Amino acid sequence: MLDAQTLSMIGKGIIETLYMVIVSTVCAYAIGLPIGLILVITDKNGIRPCPIISKVLGFIVNLLRSVPFVILMISVTPLTRKIVGTTLGTSATIVPLVIASAPYIARLVESSIKEVDAGIIEAARAMGTGTFKLIYKVLIPEAKPSLIIGGAIAITTILGYSAMSGFIGGGGLGDIAVRYGYYRSETEILLVTVAVLIIIVQGFQELGMRLAKHCDKRS
Amino acid sequence: MDTNEPIISIRGVTKIFNTKESEVDALIDINLDIYQGEIYGIIGQSGAGKSTLVRCMNFLERPTKGSVIFDGQNLADLSLKELLKVRQSIGMIFQQFNLLMQRTVLKNVCYPLEIAGVPKKEAKQRAIELLEMVGLSDKINAYPSQLSGGQKQRVAIARAIATKPKVLLCDEATSALDPMTTRSILELLKDINRKFGITIVIITHEMNVIESICDKVAILDNGRVVEVGKVEEVFVNPKSEAGKRLVFKTDEQFSEFGSEKVYRIVFDGQSAFEPIISNMVAKFKAPVNILFANTKNIGGKAFGQMLIQLPEDRILSKQMLRYLEERSVKYEEVTQDA
Ligand SMILES: Nc1ncnc2c1ncn2[C@@H]1O[C@H](COP(=O)(O)OP(=O)(O)O)[C@@H](O)[C@H]1O
Ligand SMILES: [Mg+2]
Repeated sequence: MLDAQTLSMIGKGIIETLYMVIVSTVCAYAIGLPIGLILVITDKNGIRPCPIISKVLGFIVNLLRSVPFVILMISVTPLTRKIVGTTLGTSATIVPLVIASAPYIARLVESSIKEVDAGIIEAARAMGTGTFKLIYKVLIPEAKPSLIIGGAIAITTILGYSAMSGFIGGGGLGDIAVRYGYYRSETEILLVTVAVLIIIVQGFQELGMRLAKHCDKRS
Repeated sequence: MDTNEPIISIRGVTKIFNTKESEVDALIDINLDIYQGEIYGIIGQSGAGKSTLVRCMNFLERPTKGSVIFDGQNLADLSLKELLKVRQSIGMIFQQFNLLMQRTVLKNVCYPLEIAGVPKKEAKQRAIELLEMVGLSDKINAYPSQLSGGQKQRVAIARAIATKPKVLLCDEATSALDPMTTRSILELLKDINRKFGITIVIITHEMNVIESICDKVAILDNGRVVEVGKVEEVFVNPKSEAGKRLVFKTDEQFSEFGSEKVYRIVFDGQSAFEPIISNMVAKFKAPVNILFANTKNIGGKAFGQMLIQLPEDRILSKQMLRYLEERSVKYEEVTQDA
């Protein structure tokens, strides 16, 4: 049953999945990282406390995070159509993936940055570091290992979401699993896609952990 | 010491922290003048407000009331940008060293220079020189986690003086170090003070630290300055309760004395007191209980102090005190006011 055609389909599925996941992660990070930083900085114990911003932003983040992905995916279809022109396929799936994961990434970033020793921040401020330099010369570099681990966690979560999008024709491995495994009960193809997904998840996790460990100079 | 204008002048500074449950008066109407070139000690127990006070000096903490004048500028009048600039001329070191853990030793020392906009090459050159000065030439490419506490504090010192600040603030800089390392760090600070004329403010809860390097000391107790003076004066004759407690180390010593009279004898390097006391004991054939004795080196002079308990017999003890007076030994009674 695992003929050349099936194999090439699975190969295509892998590429589609990786494309969706990587592009989504990058975009979600571009949105989530600044939001996470703003959340830390404007916090009432932050470097530039601003309760209004931190509360409003925190509320939006929580709101988006409390919508289950499947529901979010369906409810953003009008927006997806506007941006991508279609609601089917891998590129269309990126839109809900980014919207769902950016708030999650913001929280991951927030918690990573909050781990930076308050004493180090104090020393940097005592040396006359302004807010902007504090962010990119102190907070991000000091939190780097933790941010990398956060990144690995985010990417695996996004991978999970992307598989779910298979139910509405999102492309990738999830799509294959739904079409062959679920509707046609071709167990073998289902098992192969599951195995491939597990391998990809483990791969990203392992990579993230190793990278984080490699660049952490604390131990 | 060599100018009349203080480099740091604290005027009526009060700091109140408003927490959910209560208001904490961390500092109450503090007035202090610290002059160029001095090594100024601020001592007090934990929670006395020392860290808050030192953080007010570079406006990491803004006073609730009062003003901080640094080098003629009222810090409250500065814009944020100007304040950042001023902070570059005030170095600071901490109990926990607070080095950037993901940067090498060299990059840590370069950090304040980067912030000050010094060109990379020049910054690196200066950092190398500074690390050489603190004796860490062989560690420039190490990361902080690979260093001992004393080495970390040396890096922190090199970093703090990289921008040639006028003042170096030290908040419990030796409190995490063992006695020997403490001594070497204090020596280094003294050297820096002498070589570069940097004014140093030392925050500590240990009298030893004050005695070994400070010129002047302010005693902070419950948010108030209760005593200020030259270290040797405060050491010889502490006036405040907190001062006495610090000089005698603990207040338990007082409670052990019971009803018998306890006297404090101070000697200032002219004569040694051991022979006087033993001669006195020999002469009066009465026991003298020595409760506490130590000698210190303050500003290059040897100082000694001793707490003695005289016999209960009033006449005998009076005679003994007269004996001390005749030998011009200064003493004071310390029993009652403990
Ligand atoms: N940010 C803060 N919020 C509330 N209370 C504080 C804060 N910082 C210090 N305090 C309080 O102010 C007092 C003095 O603290 P601190 O200056 O750290 O003392 P020290 O350094 O002498 O141990 C303490 O009672 C402490 O609990
Ligand atoms: Mg403190």
